[in-house]
Amino acid sequence: MPGLYIHIPFCRQACTYCDFHFSTSSHYRPQLVSAIAKELAFRASEWQDEPMKTVYFGGGTPSQLLPSELDEIFNAVHRNFKISSSAEITFEANPEDLKVEYIKHLKAIGINRLSIGIQSFREPDLNQMNRAHDAAQAISCVEQAASEGISSISIDLIYGIPELSNEAWLEQLNIAARLPINHLSCYALTVEQGTPLAKMINQGKRKNTDDEQAENHFQLLQKWAPTEGFSHYEVSNLAREGGRAKHNSAYWSGESYLGIGPSAHSFQNNIRRFNIPNNQKYIRSLRDGDAEHEIENLHVHERYNEIVLTGMRTSTGIDKNEILKTGKAFMDFFLDILENHPDRKQITQTDTHIQLSSNAWFRADGIASDFFFLPESSK
Amino acid sequence: MKNIRNFCIIAHIDHGKSTLADRLLEYTNTITKRESQAQVLDDMDLERERGITIKSKAIKMEYELNGEKYILNLIDTPGHVDFSYEVSRSIAACEGALLIVDAAQGIQAQTISNLYLALEHDLEIIPILNKMDLPGAMPEEVKDQIVDMIGCKREEIIPASGKTGMGVYEILQAIIDRIPAPKGDPEAPLQALIFDSVFNSFRGIYAYFRVLNGSIKKGDKVKFMATGSTYFADEIGLLRLKPEARDEVKTGDVGYLISGIKEAREVKVGDTITHVDRPCTEQIKGFEDVKPMVFAGIFPVDTEDYEELRYSMEKLQLNDASLTFEPESSAALGFGFRCGFLGMLHMEIIQERLEREFNMTVLTTVPNVSYHAYLTNGEDLVVNNPTDLPDPSKLDRIEEPFIRAQVITKAEYTGSIMTLCIQKRGMLVNQNYLTTDRVELIFEMPMGEIVFDFYDKLKSLSRGYASFDYHPIDYRESKLIKLDLMLNGEPVDALSSLIHRDNAYDFGKKICEKLKELLPRQQFEIAIQASIGAKVIARETVKAMRKDVTAKCYGGDISRKRKLLEKQKEGKKRMRQVGSVEIPQSAFMAVLKLD
Repeated sequence: MPGLYIHIPFCRQACTYCDFHFSTSSHYRPQLVSAIAKELAFRASEWQDEPMKTVYFGGGTPSQLLPSELDEIFNAVHRNFKISSSAEITFEANPEDLKVEYIKHLKAIGINRLSIGIQSFREPDLNQMNRAHDAAQAISCVEQAASEGISSISIDLIYGIPELSNEAWLEQLNIAARLPINHLSCYALTVEQGTPLAKMINQGKRKNTDDEQAENHFQLLQKWAPTEGFSHYEVSNLAREGGRAKHNSAYWSGESYLGIGPSAHSFQNNIRRFNIPNNQKYIRSLRDGDAEHEIENLHVHERYNEIVLTGMRTSTGIDKNEILKTGKAFMDFFLDILENHPDRKQITQTDTHIQLSSNAWFRADGIASDFFFLPESSK
Repeated sequence: MKNIRNFCIIAHIDHGKSTLADRLLEYTNTITKRESQAQVLDDMDLERERGITIKSKAIKMEYELNGEKYILNLIDTPGHVDFSYEVSRSIAACEGALLIVDAAQGIQAQTISNLYLALEHDLEIIPILNKMDLPGAMPEEVKDQIVDMIGCKREEIIPASGKTGMGVYEILQAIIDRIPAPKGDPEAPLQALIFDSVFNSFRGIYAYFRVLNGSIKKGDKVKFMATGSTYFADEIGLLRLKPEARDEVKTGDVGYLISGIKEAREVKVGDTITHVDRPCTEQIKGFEDVKPMVFAGIFPVDTEDYEELRYSMEKLQLNDASLTFEPESSAALGFGFRCGFLGMLHMEIIQERLEREFNMTVLTTVPNVSYHAYLTNGEDLVVNNPTDLPDPSKLDRIEEPFIRAQVITKAEYTGSIMTLCIQKRGMLVNQNYLTTDRVELIFEMPMGEIVFDFYDKLKSLSRGYASFDYHPIDYRESKLIKLDLMLNGEPVDALSSLIHRDNAYDFGKKICEKLKELLPRQQFEIAIQASIGAKVIARETVKAMRKDVTAKCYGGDISRKRKLLEKQKEGKKRMRQVGSVEIPQSAFMAVLKLD
């Protein structure tokens, strides 16, 4: 069963580290909401009545939407798609937007999982990152949502901030553990090109991130997780019993997904589609039909590379069956490289999966690329 | 014969030679404007991109003036110091030369040395001030330079612009009026100078020649005097835009010969063609067997590609006889070839051609010159590779090649250029003011210093204004020692170099620092050490890679991330593993990029 992703490209203000597609101007928001509703209708036929197993509102900041705008999108979803009765329906929200009334509305329209962008419980970090909430809001919004009956709550935290000591990071995690959450995403602060953070670092106004410090934080996190009942199931994701994110997990296991909204990606039958990452052009293109987009047909080796890439990051590991679907030759290719790989001791196999030990997760991308297959394009 | 004019063009790189040549072809209707793919003469892709001529060419034009028809043979010359022998042979095939000087930049070193070559051969020089359309043109000042240099009259200098076509008719007229018709005896035994050769994969080698005496007919049995080989002239003809077959090429004319020769090295530029039956008595003067000056190892990145590399080198040699190579085996890099080149540019060209024309991915090691090692037992050895240097205990002395270097620059840069040359163990032997603010500096210095980074440094010191030319003079004794490099304790022979003893410590330190910068972080720490014999003189450490994973990998990230990692992997393919350490190509050239 596929998943449905809807991208809401609006934010109240720009976080210094963010390179996602968003806009802080909201005056054409109504047109964009209508355009999303239109795209939902336009693309329903691609998916032939298959019920959606998961729905995910990401951004940007979906909680920037007014309740009425949310209704418009939800109505369009239900008009055009079947949603499985047990579907995980996730909504990304920022603490400052999660007022009681808003939470009640989310619950009423069927949202059963919240992913809250807390990032930090520390005032100095929040200021530095230009977040709109304060530390007290970060805690109260989670408690509020739980008391309104949202049973699945995830929060995001950022580590590897130069000013964040090991002790302070542990303290962050302990605050999180006391909250009624069943999922935790922890992201290493990454300096993306073109972001305000990158600029400030270049100008010497901020300290650059340090890989060694990030690694220390990561190792602290790994040690800490089991003590609070969290299992570390992907490089940046931890869950308590039953709390794994179904929607995101589907990305890593290669399932189909439909992405709606500017900049959203879709994936089905080895075809990936990228919607245009520009709000105005997105709105304009939907006046005459489908959203402007590009298509990428994945070659079989590219599919293999993606299986390796995503599988190396998870505790479940690389699904051998998925590799075999691309051909036995790829399985042999993988095993051949494994034989002499310097990290071969970190890689274990079961009947069904190949797993990279979490000790080596902090180098997972480099290791994955060692196993990539590149056609001999130059010969 | 009296209506034939043979001429070449002398110009510095970028002074607009090719563009002006195209105009001449266009104004004589040799090509139409539409055919004139910009710069017809430079027909190798590489040449057009770099804007320089690597191999010389020849082309025949017809032009009518005052009711008379003239044949104008333009013999194009390479514009780089690496190819100065080829230039000298092209010059020997002509009676006149167009001296093209950029009106904005003035005379450069390369121009001067080629000009001297032309004057030695008594060529009639037609000075041309090109790029007059440029806003920065300083015609009066550059005219002064030209007058000083060749002693012509100011009014003999033709202002021109290859871009706008200004001056082209005046140039054509000057070629006819000023350049003498070829002399020579049509009845004498055949004597023709080979000034170039071109490889064609269907026809074999085209030898380009200029007939000095006698004539050559189709089917003649001919002999190349320097190599002593004989051939039948299967096809002869004239050089239009494409070769045009003829039955006879006569005294004074320029033509081509096809005789079933498959390899460029059989046709030596400067050789004399004569008849087997009725040979001329003397070879044309000036023939030299060109010797490589710069040596470097070329290795396949993938060791399995060795045979393919050999095949590619052999193919390359078919049309570039100045390339030499012999098998070399390196402990670090496996099997490859020790190659000899005419100079640094030639080396770069070969590397690029291997990659473009043969799709080879190769590693090139640090270039060096050819040393003479004299042993205590009286033997002497030619050392083309630092790793071949005999044990110091057996060495009596080492000699290295010296050059005479000519630098022409603006006066304000003299001080810093002298400092550079002295750092490079050079000795100033002469200093001439060409004009009030242009100086010619003559140095004698070890050629080994030139193959490192001299040229780049010279250019940056002088903001691009210094031009440079050199000629080998002799071998001199030097206190050279071998500096070795180790990565995690394993010696990397391909990184060894021979350097002067006084510079060893400083050099060792710098190269370790540079390698630290160039070696990518790996999953373990890498120790870089420089040593002389068993003594470590410098050390640096590359820290282990700590983090190599992106934070987010959701629906919208997967494709971008895959592409990024695929690109990284493509880069890794260009690295060579030595012991446990992966070394990128740039590290093998680190020596060339020291500050």
